[in-house]
Amino acid sequence: MNDVQADFLTLLAAIGAILVVATVIGFVLQRRLSPNRDNASIENLNARIHAWWGMALLLAIAFLGGRIGVVLLFAFCSFAALREFVTLTSVGRADHWAIAGAFFLILPIQYGLIWYGWYGLYSIFIPVYAFLLMPIVAALRADTEHFLVRIAESQWALMICVFCISHGAALLTLDIPGYSGRNVLLIAFLVVVVQMSDVMQYVWGKLFGRHKIAPNLSPSKTWEGFVGGVASATLIGAGLWWITPFTLVEAGLLALVIALMGFFGGLVLSAVKRDKGVKDWGHMIAGHGGFIDRLDSVIFSAPIFFHLVRYGWALP
Amino acid sequence: MKPAAAWLTGALIVLFARFITAVRGIWQGGPPAPGARVYFANHASHGDFVLIWTVLPPALRRLTRPVAGSDYWLTSAIRRFIGRDVLNAVLIDRTRGDPDEDPVAKMAAALDEGSALILFPEGTRNTTGVPLLPFKSGLYHLAKLRPEIDLVPVWLANLNRVMPKGEVVPIPMICTVTFGEAIRLHPAEEKKDFLARAEAALRALAPRRAEPGT
Repeated sequence: MNDVQADFLTLLAAIGAILVVATVIGFVLQRRLSPNRDNASIENLNARIHAWWGMALLLAIAFLGGRIGVVLLFAFCSFAALREFVTLTSVGRADHWAIAGAFFLILPIQYGLIWYGWYGLYSIFIPVYAFLLMPIVAALRADTEHFLVRIAESQWALMICVFCISHGAALLTLDIPGYSGRNVLLIAFLVVVVQMSDVMQYVWGKLFGRHKIAPNLSPSKTWEGFVGGVASATLIGAGLWWITPFTLVEAGLLALVIALMGFFGGLVLSAVKRDKGVKDWGHMIAGHGGFIDRLDSVIFSAPIFFHLVRYGWALP
Repeated sequence: MKPAAAWLTGALIVLFARFITAVRGIWQGGPPAPGARVYFANHASHGDFVLIWTVLPPALRRLTRPVAGSDYWLTSAIRRFIGRDVLNAVLIDRTRGDPDEDPVAKMAAALDEGSALILFPEGTRNTTGVPLLPFKSGLYHLAKLRPEIDLVPVWLANLNRVMPKGEVVPIPMICTVTFGEAIRLHPAEEKKDFLARAEAALRALAPRRAEPGT
């Protein structure tokens, strides 16, 4: 066993231990407060914990599958997120080919480029080529009703669901001196920090939340939850410095950026949900809603984290 | 050999339907129940059967048969295989080529065997902008022949956007199948009143969705 696998197993054991503790707490809370399964908060908490087990397991399998496993996992997340996003847009018949192209051409090409490691193309493929080609395809159908709205919605869907999410997998392509072969741990760092930030915001908010940040947008987000969650995630990130190429302070600062971007990602995508009049993006993950509900914070933090690491630590 | 191929094709169709639509069944009018009953649904695409079939529990799936036009499903070997062997459809001739064939009696016979039926009372795929076309009278005649059978309204949402008529590549989008509360024909209820009531029961299940610019 090499040291990457050893670090990875240590991390997995820690996550497993946290989930065991969470499962026990959830079980005790259910026995005491919701014996008839009628306390919505407790039931939601337990549904979330169960879903966490599934997600942790899936992530572990993908990571053990190496580069192709990670690329396929992120590609599937992009697919599921795009499917949710397109459902809520007003794209119509005239956009059929443009949207079909987004799913079956642009998405596979983007992940193919990441698997191949062609930074020069995967970092501009969607913002330049797809950006210009999609409206051309849509315009050829000559339906001008709500044209700008439809085009803007499909562009946004691609940027959010494919471009941004793909930067999680793209961490594998960075060439960091003294860190070769260990890049998968960078993804683990990003995912653990972002998800712990979400969880700790939820926990701090439930325990101490009094002052709402944006009651119209997201009634569950409070200042207490925000500060407690971001601070906890920063400390957890700093504590994970040993799996990263960063020093302890650097790891903490990057975790702070990740947690902040993740928080704002949740806020922005809540605004989109409000605009579209839905509570959740989907129903795929019990207790969490849809894929985008779970990924919103990864979506906003992954590209920023990727570029910070690239400029600060990787060879060009 | 053929049953195995039919089973495998059925499983692949269900898998593909889930991949494209992540379809979810919403049992608004009570949990799924076995036995003879009629699901009547809005009809926008060939995928409609498949989605209802996919969200039914596997034990019920085998006993649920779509009612479909033999003038469409018997015209090629592949359609015949899917229509007859995979979906086990009750095939009726919409062109009335054989004057002795009574489509309603055929459906009633399938119900008497304990099958559940999937019926599209609009008669044909709805490719217009309106949500629901006026019902044909088949549902009424069937209800009159078997008044003790539950008629369950089923609304399919979004599938018309996944695959509009004339397109060959489906767009992945999330679809829902909403099962409402069962209705039955009241004694002495007029055809017109019954069909209006059935249409209203189905339309009431359609989810409201914000349109662009509103």
